[in-house]
Amino acid sequence: MSAAPLLDIRDLSTHFVSARGTRVVRAVNGVSLTLRAGETLGIVGESGSGKSTLALSILRLLPTAARIVGGEINFEGENLLDKSDAEMRRIRGKRIAMILQDPMASLNPLFTIGDQVAEPMRVHEQMARAGAWTRAKELLRAVRISAPDTRVGEYPHQMSGGMRQRIVGAIAISCEPALLIADEPTTSLDVTIQAQYLNLLRDLQKSHHLALIFITHNLGIVAKMCDQVAVMYAGRMVESGPVRQIFNRPAHPYTEALLQSIPRLSDSRERLTAIDGQPPDLVAPPLGCAFHPRCPRAIDRCRIEDPPAFTVAPSQHARCWLAEPTR
Amino acid sequence: MSVSGQDARASRGALRAEPPAMSGVPVLEVVQLTKHFPVKRGLFSGPQAVVRAVDGISFTIPVARTLGVVGESGCGKTTTAKLVLRLEDPTSGTIRFEGRDIAALGGASLRDYRKSVQAVFQDPYASLNPRLRVGAIIAEPLVTNEPLQRPEVRQRVLRLLELVGLPERAADLFPHEFSGGQRQRIAIARALALSPRLVVLDEPVSALDVSIRAQILNLLRDLQSQLGLSYLFIAHDLAAVAHMSHEIVVMYLGQIVESGEAATLAQKPKHPYTQALFSAALPSHPEEVREEIILPGEVPSPLNPPAGCRFHPRCPFAMPRCAQEEPKLLSVEGRLAACHLYDQKA
Repeated sequence: MSAAPLLDIRDLSTHFVSARGTRVVRAVNGVSLTLRAGETLGIVGESGSGKSTLALSILRLLPTAARIVGGEINFEGENLLDKSDAEMRRIRGKRIAMILQDPMASLNPLFTIGDQVAEPMRVHEQMARAGAWTRAKELLRAVRISAPDTRVGEYPHQMSGGMRQRIVGAIAISCEPALLIADEPTTSLDVTIQAQYLNLLRDLQKSHHLALIFITHNLGIVAKMCDQVAVMYAGRMVESGPVRQIFNRPAHPYTEALLQSIPRLSDSRERLTAIDGQPPDLVAPPLGCAFHPRCPRAIDRCRIEDPPAFTVAPSQHARCWLAEPTR
Repeated sequence: MSVSGQDARASRGALRAEPPAMSGVPVLEVVQLTKHFPVKRGLFSGPQAVVRAVDGISFTIPVARTLGVVGESGCGKTTTAKLVLRLEDPTSGTIRFEGRDIAALGGASLRDYRKSVQAVFQDPYASLNPRLRVGAIIAEPLVTNEPLQRPEVRQRVLRLLELVGLPERAADLFPHEFSGGQRQRIAIARALALSPRLVVLDEPVSALDVSIRAQILNLLRDLQSQLGLSYLFIAHDLAAVAHMSHEIVVMYLGQIVESGEAATLAQKPKHPYTQALFSAALPSHPEEVREEIILPGEVPSPLNPPAGCRFHPRCPFAMPRCAQEEPKLLSVEGRLAACHLYDQKA
């Protein structure tokens, strides 16, 4: 593990500021993470935890109200926050690609599949149309679209949801990026189609030596696909580390509660272990640790002081006072 | 606003439904239910095509039990729910509620049926009127159906709020002041206002955050044991269905391919489709090893379903017979499965 990581995010903070500057939402609050080439990281959290804002910060595709207020995003050894907009455009789609949740919204209904799969190669690699279309057919075959020769000439509405999402996958890998960010890529798919798609992503990852980031609320996807996991809560990365380690020995009470609250197929429990209360309002987050109002093990200190990240095991970190090494 | 699933136990029995007249009679009995939707075509384009959304399904829901319906989009589970709610009329087949054919109901008896069967839908942001206070939302079914005075209505609303674990002051707030999980509690309170015997739950937790889902599933279970409710539970989250249901039916292209006791089905599925479906469910732990069956292709169009067994084009065990002969539901190791693999006379 001597090689420099592909992605190294240090103390990143992205805030949303209201029009008059009176209200600030700390959507991403001091997040650090690293990812090596070929590795898979799952970022889990509930709605409003900041996981999508984190992904958009990496690509610098934030809405106008959002501002990256601090930190570094080092990708292939260079800080993306120092790049000009033109330089970022050359990175997006070429070195870092993204797959979004809704494949209908990410494909243009007015262009053929062939044009859309070929577009990144025409833009980034100045390929001629014929060459790019030939390559597009290969890519469609790689994402297991049957009859790619006829499909390239068709339009998105002629495809099923699963096929559209595979086409989005083909576009994402068209320029052989080093990093692929998938934001809830299978939420709109049926169970058996989801399994097909996840296996496809894993095959593509192996054949292209991709680093993958899964943004998801689904711990099942993390269990199936990821090597590393980062748990977000109210803008903070409350726990991170290797997947098996965290599923077996979660250090943060939120991670633990989350793992216990999901129903399992082999379950004979009468009741699920629910997390009481509601996720916090980020405009007025609770003082101290943001999870303390819902935490079954909160102590006085949690109500006043926000805990830093403690190392609880090799490469496992948790932001919880209970994880503090005994002095 | 702090809310706990346990609060629901407090007002036990306050709204218990009247016990059904005859014991042993299931709450719901569905026999050979079929719904075909005609597809509009041009004037001269020949015979009219039909979408076979639901094609000859039968099941029963006993008192205070949950029947889970699983299947992928287009399998007919939502159409089944609409037929049970009498929002659609079946093409053929019968639905009996507490022994009475619901197609024969009219006037007062139909109103009575509509009071006894309620629904909770997926999206609590779309199902609550944003201009009404929560108290008015929950009171609406009471006001339109029962001759109650205003203080009585208020009393009932407060009891319902308590039942679903919301504080009294919630009655005077608007839906936008609540989070998704709390809104789903409001939708449940409204569904329970008329003391129904059957509640249709169509994806009741899939729009909610993970940490909130367990709260709502626990609440639904508590309400079932307190009030003796029966549920028709429709969801695509297989683990949630297995957790909530006593029995499960698995649907594929409008037909039931397998049905039986929930744990039996979830742990030892027999039909190749059920096997693939449950093997495709995401693991709950990274060390969980499971044989994965990845099905080729996608669900065919219900406009023109495959001949024979509808699953045969995707089935890893398909035999020549499967393309010709439609399998019947047969008893296989303590459950029903429609598959030629288990047909002895083959």
